[in-house]
Amino acid sequence: MTEPVSEHDLQAYADGELPEERRGAVAAWLAAHPEDAERIENYRQLAQELRSTYAGVLDEPVPERLEHAVRPARSRRLALVAMWVGLGAALGAVAGWQLHSTQTSPVIAADGATVLARRAAVAHATYSPEVRHPVEVGADQETHLVAWLSKRLGTQLRAPKLESVGYSLVGGRLLPGEQGPVAHFMYQCNRGTRVTLYVRSDMASNRSTAFRYAREGTVGVFYWVDGKSGYALSSGDISKEDLLNVANAAYQQLNPP
Amino acid sequence: MNEAERLVELIPRLRRYARALVGDRATADDLVQDTLERAWAKLHLYRRGTDLRAWLFTVMHNVHVNRVRASRATDTLEDEMPELAQRAPQGDALLVRDLDRGITRLPAEQRAVLLLVTLEEMSYEQVARTLGIPIGTVMSRLSRAREKLRAMMLGQPLAAKLKVVK
Repeated sequence: MTEPVSEHDLQAYADGELPEERRGAVAAWLAAHPEDAERIENYRQLAQELRSTYAGVLDEPVPERLEHAVRPARSRRLALVAMWVGLGAALGAVAGWQLHSTQTSPVIAADGATVLARRAAVAHATYSPEVRHPVEVGADQETHLVAWLSKRLGTQLRAPKLESVGYSLVGGRLLPGEQGPVAHFMYQCNRGTRVTLYVRSDMASNRSTAFRYAREGTVGVFYWVDGKSGYALSSGDISKEDLLNVANAAYQQLNPP
Repeated sequence: MNEAERLVELIPRLRRYARALVGDRATADDLVQDTLERAWAKLHLYRRGTDLRAWLFTVMHNVHVNRVRASRATDTLEDEMPELAQRAPQGDALLVRDLDRGITRLPAEQRAVLLLVTLEEMSYEQVARTLGIPIGTVMSRLSRAREKLRAMMLGQPLAAKLKVVK
């Protein structure tokens, strides 16, 4: 209590950092020294002014690029791991079924369509996190892209226009499929979220299926088969409902009534 | 909650501090992004159970110091182009930005201490740990920063506010 009041005491007093038992002594000292009291009060006001000047920043929406610096790198990496694990299990299941089928009939066979969904999900998890090389041919050369992929798949392809549901074409690439080449189109919304469309032209069953949904790890897939063509639309970032909305738009253009 | 989620949760505070530290939004967010990327890459060096916020601000401090050092070359260039370096302040924004401008005129090491104490409301001990300096240095930088800022503000419109002391 008898300790002289130092500059450090005054600073700590302004910041509420002073131990309780010392506060009274400093307050009493300040009462006797009005100039210092005013100075310390100014410090407190400046601190308050500073906090209110920048308080708004705390409520600003965080730019996506900042969250991406931490989160998606992680979730996408996990998605990838989940995909490869899932694929391994799937291949194991197929192999197991093939071994098994020589003895008894399979209860659940991985039909062509579910393999389609699984492969599409793997392709999505592989290419959608790509920053520098998401596609081989960009949307600026859309005509060339579609002509090239059509030629390789041996059928006339179309890249659906998804602007009406908020997605625009980034571009596409050629992928190896089970038996032959596969076309892969990537779309992106203005927030940077991506969906990919996986297109096969060699479906063996050659029959049409209804719209189906599958979830592979963190990737959701809507897929359908139309004759020899198989389509799968994947996303790891948007809800099932939102993905359905995009898939419907694609479906209507690819399978006009 | 895992570390990634806690990092994300701290982003608004990093942005606030960065905004006050460097002034404009784009540069501040660049600093935050570099900080998060570095923190994410170095997360294995963070000791679980210790203060993640202090650790993150340490990372930001280091990133900032490196960025300032790296931009020195650009500064020298600008000195040779006075028409760029002495760009006129923009009329109306001047009033609103008085306090920000005052802060950016403080020496960098004093600015960091003042912002951690006032904006982040860190204890002196946390500031010392975050910046890797003795607590006595924290105190002396803080008191110099405050006195400078007060002197600047007394010559500014904010002075009217400051003088109203009962």
